[in-house]
Amino acid sequence: MNTSPSILDQLDPDLVSHMVTNRRGLFSRAATSIGALATAPLVLASASSTVFAKGLPKQIVDTLNFALTLEYIEDAFYRTALAKDFIPKEHREVFHVIGQHEAEHVKFLKSALGPVAVKPPKADFTAGGKYADVFSNFETFLALSQTFEDLGVAAYKGQAGNLIKNGDILTAALQIHSVEARHAAAVRRIGGKKAWDSAFDEPKSKEEVLDAAKPFLKA
Amino acid sequence: MQTLNPSSSLPLTSRRNVLKWSGGAVAMLALSGGILPNFGISSALAADLGSGDIGILNYAYALEQLEAAFYTNVVESPYGQMTDDEKTILTDIRDHEVAHRDFLKGALGDKAIPSLEVDFSKVDFTNRENVLKTAKTFEDLGVSAYNGAGRLLKNGDHLLAAGKIVSVEARHAATIRDLLQPNTAAFAGQDVVDKNGLDGAKPPAAVLKAAGPFIKTKVTAHSIVGMK
Repeated sequence: MNTSPSILDQLDPDLVSHMVTNRRGLFSRAATSIGALATAPLVLASASSTVFAKGLPKQIVDTLNFALTLEYIEDAFYRTALAKDFIPKEHREVFHVIGQHEAEHVKFLKSALGPVAVKPPKADFTAGGKYADVFSNFETFLALSQTFEDLGVAAYKGQAGNLIKNGDILTAALQIHSVEARHAAAVRRIGGKKAWDSAFDEPKSKEEVLDAAKPFLKA
Repeated sequence: MQTLNPSSSLPLTSRRNVLKWSGGAVAMLALSGGILPNFGISSALAADLGSGDIGILNYAYALEQLEAAFYTNVVESPYGQMTDDEKTILTDIRDHEVAHRDFLKGALGDKAIPSLEVDFSKVDFTNRENVLKTAKTFEDLGVSAYNGAGRLLKNGDHLLAAGKIVSVEARHAATIRDLLQPNTAAFAGQDVVDKNGLDGAKPPAAVLKAAGPFIKTKVTAHSIVGMK
């Protein structure tokens, strides 16, 4: 396996550990061969008719299905919320746009995966009653919205390395990643918070993301 | 410096782009499987980004230098009626861009390009709308630059480091856009997010062309793969 050298090795070890969390774990690059379709030029703009899945390595299919699962959750969350009438009028446009993007991400990833796309999970946004007023109390809704958006950003970031062998898919994932970050910023500002925590956003591993999402999934 | 991998799956062609950088200075932005000659530009007068991951990280370093210099100006000479909220936001963003710049400089070590000379003569720092619109341009450009460059990185650690920066740039972009058009769709407007819900992704040549008017230093990128 050709492993490109990292220039981060020259840096102060403390800074590196700050910048590169779990560098070995996150970027296990399985020596799976990439199918013919995976390296063919793909036009993402016409994604509604694009099917990546055939011939994609399992690692990429698994990663895209993980992303799709998160997008299903977000899509259902905003779809449910926007069908009700508790979001203050001045904030509806922002949540309408966010919900629209999540629906587009679902459609995009489903289209990319084709027949191997996972089915939507069954969600419980009250997390077993803990957030019983999620779709009637704007503050509760806002808190969960921020959780999902920041989680989405960390999740895509944590998975980027798994897509490094396929430039087209990596690019699309990065393009979703930054849209989730725009969402997170807007939601945080509505909640009167800073749009960021620091100069560097941290990633989360698949396990960390699933742990955070678990309370909202029905067994 | 890393050598280019001719068997790379990146979209290689032997095309060479020659772009105007600024004020008549010409930057050679070459897309090639090999290293091209430097066309006689003295290394003392020009900054060459280098090749491979080093080239891409130097490219990011150039953009972060530009952003850091811009917000340093904004905070040092605030426009009239800058609110406390805006002051806090713009100061945070300055600190972030300085941190990004210094991180990349440290990571690149002796392979880092020199400090670039910037040109903000077209920016009216006393005018709120002019400052925020320029900020919007830089942030959206930064997001699309990192999104477009990710695929050009070969090393996963470098990709992750870029990922940690780009989402913060996207948070900046959304915030600046919200300052210009509060409580609207503008934070992720249709001018940047397409119908698939995807943000912009620009190749280095397009980004450098857009950044060119703000940078005086001649920057050459004669061996970055994917300059299209």
